[in-house]
Amino acid sequence: MLEFLLRVFGKNSSSSKNVAKERLRLVLVHDRADVSPQLLEELKEDLIKVISNYMEIDESALEVNLDTSDNMVALVANIPVIRMKRTAKRSEKIG
Amino acid sequence: MGEVIVITSGKGGVGKTTATANIGTALAALGHKVVMVDTDIGLRNLDVVLGLENRIVYDIVDVTHGNCRLKQALIKDKRFEGLHLLPAAQTKDKTAVNPEQMRELCSELAKQFDYVIIDCPAGIEQGFKNAIAGAEKAIVVTTPEVSAVRDADRIIGLLESAELRDPKLIVNRIRPLMVKKGDMMSMDDIIDILAVNVLGIVPEDEMIVVTTNKGEPAVLDNYSRAGQAYRNMARRITGEEIPLMDLEADTGFMNKLKKLIGFK
Repeated sequence: MLEFLLRVFGKNSSSSKNVAKERLRLVLVHDRADVSPQLLEELKEDLIKVISNYMEIDESALEVNLDTSDNMVALVANIPVIRMKRTAKRSEKIG
Repeated sequence: MGEVIVITSGKGGVGKTTATANIGTALAALGHKVVMVDTDIGLRNLDVVLGLENRIVYDIVDVTHGNCRLKQALIKDKRFEGLHLLPAAQTKDKTAVNPEQMRELCSELAKQFDYVIIDCPAGIEQGFKNAIAGAEKAIVVTTPEVSAVRDADRIIGLLESAELRDPKLIVNRIRPLMVKKGDMMSMDDIIDILAVNVLGIVPEDEMIVVTTNKGEPAVLDNYSRAGQAYRNMARRITGEEIPLMDLEADTGFMNKLKKLIGFK
C-alpha cells in the first residue's frame, strides 16, 4: 500500500536512499581506484595483449589512467599505433 | 584452541563496543568461555558498557609489559560463568602495545577461552593494526549511512590485505519504516555494494540507550529487539543456522499493538 502511494506520487525514483546509493557508488569507485597502481599495471598488460592482436602499438609510450574529475570516473588510455595489421590474429584468448 | 574474532568498523560511533559487549555476553550465556579484549588504549569504553568500570586493577598494557600476570588483569563478569574482560589502559596511548605483543596475547588467551572477542578502536592506524594482529576472523560493523559504508569498504580492503579473508558484516541501527519509505539503505543495498556475507542485522532500538546507561548488555533483556539480534548472531558464530530477523514485522500498527499488550 505504502509502496503504491509512493509510486503514485512519484517519490520512489528520487528517494534519498537512491541518492545515497549513487553517491556511495561513485565515492567507492574513487576509493577503490586509489588503492592499487598494481591493478592498473595489470590492466595495461592485458590491454597490450588484446590490442596487439589487431595493431602494432608503441608499448613504451602507452598511457593508462583513471581520470576522476567531476562526478565521473573514466578510464583514459593513450595508445600510439605504429602499424595496422591486415588480419586479426587471435593467437590466445585473453581472460 | 579458541577462536579470535576482531570487531571493527573504521568509522567511530557505529556500535563496535556495543556489538562486542552483546556478542561476548550472549556467547557466555550459551555456556562458552569468553574473554572480551578492549584494545582502544587511551579511550577505553567496553568496561563501562559492561558495567565493570569499578573493578579494574590491571589492564592490557600491564599485561604486555609484564607488570602483572594475565590472570590478574582479567575481570570476571559475575553475571555469567566464563565471561571475562581484559580492559584497555586509559592513561597510555596506542603505541604502548605493538602487533607482535598482541599476537602473543591472543594466542595465550585462545588457549584458555573458547572465544576471544577483540573490540577494535576507530580508525585505520596503529590501534587498528594492533587489534587485528592476533585475530583469525573479523566482523565489520556498519550503519545504513554513506560515510559508515564507505569506511566499511576501506576496512574490508585492509583486512583482506592483512590476510583476514571473508569478514562478516553487521548492519546496525536499521530503521525499518525509513527503509520501507525508501529513505534508508536496506541490508540488501549495503550487501550489494560491499559484497560480503552478513552476520546479522540490528534494528534501531531505544533499549540500547537504556541498557548502556545501566551497564547491562541488551542481550540480557528479553524484550529488546537489538538484544534478540545479538543473541541470534552469537548462535550463528557457534555454527547454528538462524534466519535473519524480519524487521518488517515491527512496522505494522497491529504488530505494535500486539507487542504493547504482550502478545509478542
